[in-house]
Amino acid sequence: MTPIERKFRELKEKQEKALVGFVSAGDPDMDKSFDLLCAMIESGLDVLELGIPFSDPTADGPVIQRSSMRALKNGVTISKVLDMTQRLKASYDIPIILFTYYNLIFRFPSADFYERSVEAGADGVLVVDLPVEESDELTCYFKNGDFCLIHLIAPTTDENRMKMIAEKGSGFLYLISMTGVTGGKGLETGLTAEKAKMLKKHTRLPVCTGFGISTPEHVREVAAFSDGVVIGSAFEKTIEENADSADLAGIIARQTRSFKQATRKGG
Amino acid sequence: MNQTVGQPDSGGHFGEFGGMYAGETLMTALLQLKDEFEHFRRKPEFKSELTRLFQTYAGRPTPLYHARNTSKMLGGAKIYLKREDLTHTGAHKINNTIGQALLAHFSGKRKLIAETGAGQHGVATATAAALFRMECSVFMGVKDIERQAPNVKRMELLGARVVPVDSGTGTLKDAMNEAMRYWTGTVEDTFYVIGSVAGPHPYPLMVREFQKIIGEEAKEQILDAENKPPDLLVACVGGGSNAMGLFYPFLEDPVEMAGAEAAGQGVESGKHAATLGEGAKGVLHGSKSYVLQDDCGQIQEAHSISAGLDYPGVGPEHAFLKDSMRVTYTSVTDDEALQAFQILCENEGIIPALESSHALSLGFEKAKTMPGDAVVIINLSGRGDKDLGTVFNYIQPKGANHRDTD
Repeated sequence: MTPIERKFRELKEKQEKALVGFVSAGDPDMDKSFDLLCAMIESGLDVLELGIPFSDPTADGPVIQRSSMRALKNGVTISKVLDMTQRLKASYDIPIILFTYYNLIFRFPSADFYERSVEAGADGVLVVDLPVEESDELTCYFKNGDFCLIHLIAPTTDENRMKMIAEKGSGFLYLISMTGVTGGKGLETGLTAEKAKMLKKHTRLPVCTGFGISTPEHVREVAAFSDGVVIGSAFEKTIEENADSADLAGIIARQTRSFKQATRKGG
Repeated sequence: MNQTVGQPDSGGHFGEFGGMYAGETLMTALLQLKDEFEHFRRKPEFKSELTRLFQTYAGRPTPLYHARNTSKMLGGAKIYLKREDLTHTGAHKINNTIGQALLAHFSGKRKLIAETGAGQHGVATATAAALFRMECSVFMGVKDIERQAPNVKRMELLGARVVPVDSGTGTLKDAMNEAMRYWTGTVEDTFYVIGSVAGPHPYPLMVREFQKIIGEEAKEQILDAENKPPDLLVACVGGGSNAMGLFYPFLEDPVEMAGAEAAGQGVESGKHAATLGEGAKGVLHGSKSYVLQDDCGQIQEAHSISAGLDYPGVGPEHAFLKDSMRVTYTSVTDDEALQAFQILCENEGIIPALESSHALSLGFEKAKTMPGDAVVIINLSGRGDKDLGTVFNYIQPKGANHRDTD
């Protein structure tokens, strides 16, 4: 059983949904970033999406754009994110999904990216601009089933396409809950619930929902029809606003706990 | 890869380049666009309306002009200029925006968005939007808004909303990032008019299709004028749409082709936009091609005196034509482009765009070395009125001396 499968099974037994957190690695700096990730994991984060910053993040709204730029200024590279992954894995039993844009992997290049990621203990990667049409050129390097490519399903994805994506899916499927970039307003809970229901007909993989989810109330609504809830921009905003605070880790820990509570039955 | 020159596979791959590297939210729209494009491009009513607008609105066919004074001065081949500068709005960009706006019209979309660098594509999109009575928003980097101010005013006169983009370097690449983000949120009712043979499939193919009229006309015109095919075609390459438009109809003919990229302050200075010459393979804005990037794959800033060439990417078909050695790509510095700009002004009475001046420079250099009966066609992709502010920062025109002594 992979760490991702194990995690979702445990949560199911506890009647909880997964809290999935996206954070740009290296923001506001490498050390603080590591500390705040530890704080989040200790406060109940179930799955970590660790962002490798790209200069031209076309699927991201202003909050994650700014966090990517700060991380890039701090010299964050794939290698540094993998070092961080390895350090986190040494202390915590949490699935870690790398999150990035394809050019960085292609340039690394792909075969080395796979090997180094597995060595570091990462469980998979989500590549925002690598749709199923092109994804074989990356997954052809994945061996042994120890590393997965997380696929996305959008509000604009129709059922046929959903089926095609579900067939290629591994780890979990990421359902986008609004038509737009990350951190936007206009979470479409009703429509997303219908999409999730449709998707469940075509997959046995867990479905995690994200984009535009920024409050515990949102988390409760989305947790009702998903196996996991992804928070990104809301965490990034906290990091941005409290970058200079001595209590950054404490602040993000409290935020994590309130989101985590909302994933629990009756939470 | 045994691919016929010029025809991508069904996923839009030109050999290893091209493809659809887009976020899932955009995929359905891209696949739909591909189907609609394939459907309508063959429809007689679409074709006849496109031809009518090209002829009665855009000013086609554009002349193929024998630049006798310049040819004589350089002492080599006969130089012909394909006068895209004479189209409505003053650059080849209008061919593509009329085509895409017509496609939006046929597929029932009423809102257009576009990115722009020099502002020529923005103006051409705003023009087509006015013609079809559509809403139009144009994304433009703050740095470009400043250096291309007249085009901003033109777009506003035409009823378009110019959206300033201050992320990144405030140039074309960032405008394109922002247009893609905006489109991700509005994809259900908005048509994204990409201005070059870049972006995800079907854009490189579709834009080439609307620009190929340049080469089709030139092919007939040169036969009429010289009774033989040309020996050499030259065009500038930023994203590469005017070059694909000229080259594509000649790809299977025994004609040499050369693309001029912007070397900016010289490739060794690091301040250039020579993507094919100096870049590495990568994925930017939806397709695989050559990209200016660092060792980690972060996109680098491009530099050129010409805002229209100031882009760290290039159309995937150019990457394919480079690697298959069908077309050679050479870079031309800011200074060399300015010299060619002046030559054309003073010898032919034509003020070329700075983008096109890169093609002129390369074409002039090559023509010098060719025999007198050889024929060169240079794509004069746009006119230079928009560049006067920039040009006067760099050169002292001959006429200014007369002004002093009058």
